[in-house]
Amino acid sequence: MNSLKLILRNALRHKLRTGLTVVGLIVAVLAFGLLQTVVDAWYAGANSAAPNRLVTRNAISLVFPMPLHYREKIRAVPGVRGVAPFNWFGGYYQDPKNFFAQFAVDPVPFLAMYPEYRIAEDELRAFLRDRKGAIIGRKLADRYGFKIGDTIPLQGTIYPGVWSFTVRAIYHGADAKTDDSQMLFHWEYLNETMKQRSPRRGDQVGVFMVQIAEPERSAEIGQAIDALFRNSLAETLTETEKAFQLGFVAMTEAIVVAIRIVSFVVIFVILAVMANTMAMTARERMPEYATLKALGFGPGYVARLVFGESLAIALGGAGLGVALTFPVAAWFGAELGQFFPVFEVSAGTVALQIACALGVGVAAALVPGRNAGRVRIVEGLRAIG
Amino acid sequence: MNVPRVGDAEPRPLIRLRGVSKSYRRGGQIVPVLNGITLEVRRGDFLGLMGPSGSGKSTLLNLIAGIDKPDAGEIFVDGVDITRLGETELADWRAGSVGFVFQFYNLMPVLTAFENVELPLVLTSLSRSERRAHAEAALRLVGLGDRMEHYPSELSGGQQQRVAIARAVVTDPKLIVADEPTGDLDRHSAEEVLGLLDRLNIELGKTILMVTHDRRAADRAHAIMYLDKGELSSAGDIHERSVREARL
Amino acid sequence: MKPVPLAYSARNLWTRKLTTALTAGGMALVVFVFAAVLMLEAGLRQALVATGQYDNVVVTRRAAGNEVQSGIERGQAAIIESQPEIAIGAGGVREVSKEAVVLIAQPKRSSGVPTNITVRGVGAQGLALRPQVRVLSGRMFRPDSTEVTVGRSIAERFDGVGLGERLRFGGREWTVVGVFDAGGSGFDSEIWGDGEQMMQSFRRQAFSSVIARLVGPAQFERLKARLEADPRMAVDVKRERVFYEEQSEMMASFIRILGLTLSVIFSIGAMIGAMITMYAAVSNRTGEIGALRALGFRRGSILASFLAEALALAVLGWVAGLGLAALMQLVRISTMNWQSFSELAFAFALTPAIVAQSFVFAVTMGLAGGVLPAVRAARLKIVDALRAA
Repeated sequence: MNSLKLILRNALRHKLRTGLTVVGLIVAVLAFGLLQTVVDAWYAGANSAAPNRLVTRNAISLVFPMPLHYREKIRAVPGVRGVAPFNWFGGYYQDPKNFFAQFAVDPVPFLAMYPEYRIAEDELRAFLRDRKGAIIGRKLADRYGFKIGDTIPLQGTIYPGVWSFTVRAIYHGADAKTDDSQMLFHWEYLNETMKQRSPRRGDQVGVFMVQIAEPERSAEIGQAIDALFRNSLAETLTETEKAFQLGFVAMTEAIVVAIRIVSFVVIFVILAVMANTMAMTARERMPEYATLKALGFGPGYVARLVFGESLAIALGGAGLGVALTFPVAAWFGAELGQFFPVFEVSAGTVALQIACALGVGVAAALVPGRNAGRVRIVEGLRAIG
Repeated sequence: MNVPRVGDAEPRPLIRLRGVSKSYRRGGQIVPVLNGITLEVRRGDFLGLMGPSGSGKSTLLNLIAGIDKPDAGEIFVDGVDITRLGETELADWRAGSVGFVFQFYNLMPVLTAFENVELPLVLTSLSRSERRAHAEAALRLVGLGDRMEHYPSELSGGQQQRVAIARAVVTDPKLIVADEPTGDLDRHSAEEVLGLLDRLNIELGKTILMVTHDRRAADRAHAIMYLDKGELSSAGDIHERSVREARL
Repeated sequence: MKPVPLAYSARNLWTRKLTTALTAGGMALVVFVFAAVLMLEAGLRQALVATGQYDNVVVTRRAAGNEVQSGIERGQAAIIESQPEIAIGAGGVREVSKEAVVLIAQPKRSSGVPTNITVRGVGAQGLALRPQVRVLSGRMFRPDSTEVTVGRSIAERFDGVGLGERLRFGGREWTVVGVFDAGGSGFDSEIWGDGEQMMQSFRRQAFSSVIARLVGPAQFERLKARLEADPRMAVDVKRERVFYEEQSEMMASFIRILGLTLSVIFSIGAMIGAMITMYAAVSNRTGEIGALRALGFRRGSILASFLAEALALAVLGWVAGLGLAALMQLVRISTMNWQSFSELAFAFALTPAIVAQSFVFAVTMGLAGGVLPAVRAARLKIVDALRAA
């Protein structure tokens, strides 16, 4: 009879109580893992940024455009490899609920600086030939069943009216970090159409994507670009793609912070449950602990029994909780694909889940374990629990 | 069984059992415990039930007290066949007709002595002040009038059992059943408790059914029945006569 | 059916203080999250709904999500102004404000990070249309000047917007001459100035929106129908209150859905805690249950007694959780509104409805956690219970 066997058998004595505690742990670990993954997903954009890409936007707000003629000036700055005008289209497909990212881009420089968008040669050529063509991500194609040759009608919001595009290519992201649910189309098509429908809105660029040769010089090049347009009507702000993406997160920082805090609340809830379970269990077993001490086992042994049981339950629950996190996260990612294009459970999250469960197991056993070790044999034998 | 009494004009027995049988399922097997028991207990009797362990004495007590049902037979208590009563009716019947004294007292640890004794009265329609009066009287009867606000943990074993007895008599039931009432007590406390039961029987005319394996406790009873292998037999008239003589 | 005295349930909770505290504590945390989420949503709605008057309308370009992305040409604005449903005030002036809404970036005091703030250039009637706005310090900007007045949330949270300080945007300098209070509404997070001055500075030909007061609230449908069908413009006409409510729709929904989902998941943990505690209580008190039944208490009373104990735990948890949540009223959140892209400050609002909802939530947790153990207690056979004692 070794300690481990004793611990496990003890844990299984009260099947209902242990079972309920394990279920509680599974729920808590699962919820915690999902929330951490939500926070990660929030930062997904920043994680997919590349160091050799800069974003130039209107200094006041992303919402204001810049004139098209900035393109040549930016291109001329030393260190710049490519410049691509980039407008967020913001339309929807059939129903306002069906939204996905649509970008009007200058395709050649854009695709050159985004090698992670993998497209078949022939599809790319077909797209470049068709002014109204569109490149869509694999996830987007799956979600709505779009195939090459299909027409996608979009209802514009920022650019009012109905717009029609033909799917010419489907891109695959190079790795899990890349967002596979976007749609790209020709910036020229957007511009020509706007010049007809609403002339004053022609030649307006939302953002310039800038490719640079030396990432170490990004700050220097960025400042050089901004210097070109200081004191004009549309002053610019150029930053690395990562800083740009982080800017979005910072705007809703309060929410992200709140979610992080709340994810730890659930850990405290389960800590209360676990501490209660161990306290009750230890109290009921006082006569047994006293007997063990009478037989000659030391207080350390008895305390270890308590800790061992607590940790066994905690790890059991954590193991199942972590295992469940992956399928549940996959389901979540599918359902909320619109809001979180990238929804991956990271190794860091799993490590945190296990660490929290261990922490709960240890914390819950602290007081009961100490009391069990310290029990006076005579009193313990008399106690009826 | 007839126990002739001086001045006893009550012909009908308080308790009458006829052909009562009970068996239990133990580990897949059916074990017969009581076998066609027939018994009569008169009003005012103080009957001891003895027998080897597992002989079914507690079972018999439980059946008479209405907390268990026989497989066969009839049990009449004061003219009522309690085997025909439904569970709810049985509960109500117990509340008014039976007082319980258990080996381990079975007091509510979180209620004071007073509140424990008041508990059966909560089931009646007495007002709060009436309940208070009855409970206090019962506690004084058992000699614990000054310990009403104490919790069971603050009382000795003997005192706790006396509280339990007070609880058993507070509704003025016809019958008191006691299952090993002195089993957990030291000799002195046991004597106190048995003396109390004796007084309840003689002074207040309570009918008492006591299961015990303590010879000394059994001696206090006025008659002893033996239960063995599911069958009841009387102790012998020698004992009865000596008790009768003692009382006279 | 006579109940087991409540003192029995209550004192049992008191005797096992640690267990009671831990179990109620777990439930308190969950109630706190539940209430806090609802309070956040209520605070958000309050801030935005308070922003609107029922008899005001907001006209924006069709399908523009917010005023910043909307454009109404001068000609179109004139047509809107001349509609018969629009009230005429003192001196025969139409109660209309043609407004230019832009965003500027200022560093936030707490982080130093430049954050977008809404700047609203109002028409002459702009202030009259918003009776909830009053001056806190300094004075209102003078018409036709480059003066501005800032909302109290902006004054509290941003650098460079104090009285007498100058802001630089649209190629000009604007002097801050006062701070206004807009009753906790969205306007508290804005900076106001003269509309025509803004239009000139930003070289705009189109206003962002037209705000107008109706002759009577019932005139809304007629005005809406006529303007939205007018071929000379493509506009949306909404009641001011509805307009601002829709501004918060996405965020409010997100908060509510996420928050409630989390609360439900967490409540499973708390319920399990209650279940474990009550099962242990039943198991430890089997002898007492047997005694109570022997005395004549019915199964139903035993069930009710243990359910009452579970409910008492839940109510304790509710009081503690709601108390904590109530403290959150001292906290003000500021974040970017996803629909208007600018700063919005709001608070946690505790409403009587939330008090009631959280009570129901707590009680449900208690009942759900306590029902199975209570049933087990009630179903015990008397002889088994007494034997186990």
